[in-house]
Amino acid sequence: MDAWLTTSGLGLRESGKHIVEDVSLALAAQRIVLLGPNGAGKSTLLRLIHGLLHPSSGALRWPRNLTQAMVFQRPVMLRTTAIANVIYGLKLKGLPANECVQRAGAALEHVGLPHLAQRPARLLSGGEQQRVALARAWALEPELLILDEPTASLDPASTREVERIVGEIAAAGARVLMTTHNLGQARRMADEIVFIDRGRIVEHTPAEQFFSLPQTEAAQRFLKEETP
Amino acid sequence: MTTLGDSFLTAWQLVADADAKLAGIVWLSLTVSLSATLVACVIGMPVGALLAVGRFPGRRLLVVLFNGLMGLPPVVVGLLVYLLLSRAGPLGSFGLLFSPTAMVIAQAVLVTPIVAALTRQVIADEWTEYREQLRSLGASRARAAATLLWDGRFSLSTAALAGFGRAIAEVGAVMIVGGNIDGVTRVMTTTIALETSKGDLPLALALGFVLIAVVLAINAFAYALRGWAERRWG
Repeated sequence: MDAWLTTSGLGLRESGKHIVEDVSLALAAQRIVLLGPNGAGKSTLLRLIHGLLHPSSGALRWPRNLTQAMVFQRPVMLRTTAIANVIYGLKLKGLPANECVQRAGAALEHVGLPHLAQRPARLLSGGEQQRVALARAWALEPELLILDEPTASLDPASTREVERIVGEIAAAGARVLMTTHNLGQARRMADEIVFIDRGRIVEHTPAEQFFSLPQTEAAQRFLKEETP
Repeated sequence: MTTLGDSFLTAWQLVADADAKLAGIVWLSLTVSLSATLVACVIGMPVGALLAVGRFPGRRLLVVLFNGLMGLPPVVVGLLVYLLLSRAGPLGSFGLLFSPTAMVIAQAVLVTPIVAALTRQVIADEWTEYREQLRSLGASRARAAATLLWDGRFSLSTAALAGFGRAIAEVGAVMIVGGNIDGVTRVMTTTIALETSKGDLPLALALGFVLIAVVLAINAFAYALRGWAERRWG
């Protein structure tokens, strides 16, 4: 399998401190979950890959430019209707108005919220807002979907719904790269696990191997601590 | 004491009768200050938003400058606009001095920095919340500024309101560039100043009532609008 992204010596320093250091990865699997303790640099790595942050060293190499969309831990909704939030992302891509409306409607349908299309987005529940954010991402038809702890502040029902939606986006062909603190979720969602600790990549293995036979002591400790 | 009481009574009478002269002055005040506020918003809000989200050399300096200009003394603004518009000034050929247009210009100059500085504050707060999402969706900085202006429209009513409050209440600038000509450029504040010095308290007082009522009414409206917007849009 060919890698869709390789990074070499990727690093980010902020005020003299390494947030991410010497990350060399070849990402080829379709669904990859980044795991690691708090402050390990997971979110920073996602932002470097998405282009929200610029590395202070190293480089990213995309064999083919992938269209990307990112969903954040806390959904950011504009003060307008749910559907207008989805349309906004499409308009920025320069699509004609009628296609924006059509695609946005279909995306809301996909996430199971067509009945809330005309509701003010910021007055929806946290779970509903996250689903609108997923619809906004889905409508862009990304080839790479990046999610930063998308279910960290959601109840179990909303979490399942988000997992279902992400699963469908993956089934439609998108690569998925996400972080989570929920090990059950990582098991359900991941083909591969990248384990990161103190800004460095510690393990990069198929998911089942990571959970049954973690190679490093850090990963073993992490699994022990995080397992309820 | 009786004179003061009489003055109050006569003042109420003037307001209650909607005295034509009084109404004319109030109308001119409102049109001049609202026009000035409109001009200030059209210029100041985009400038404030770009100061909040933009990245260009001299941005910090401009932020400090606009914050400082919030306290611009009206008489100084009046003097500068006077110099610009006077017959020998660079804009003298338009013959605008001592006209309501001159008053709008002076008040707009006075109010634009206030609107820009307050807008920058509102948009900067929004930018911290929206920044990553907007950049992720591929919005340019100019586009982000426009989006945040629209998104913050209800919070920004406060900036417009502060500007209007400043415009309607100031005396110095309109006095200098308007000349306080009876029936032409006489507004509430300049009339109050003039009538008080002449000892005609009832008209001054009546205008004082109206001025306070206008400011209170507009504040109440803005407060209600924001409350409604919060419930409607979150």
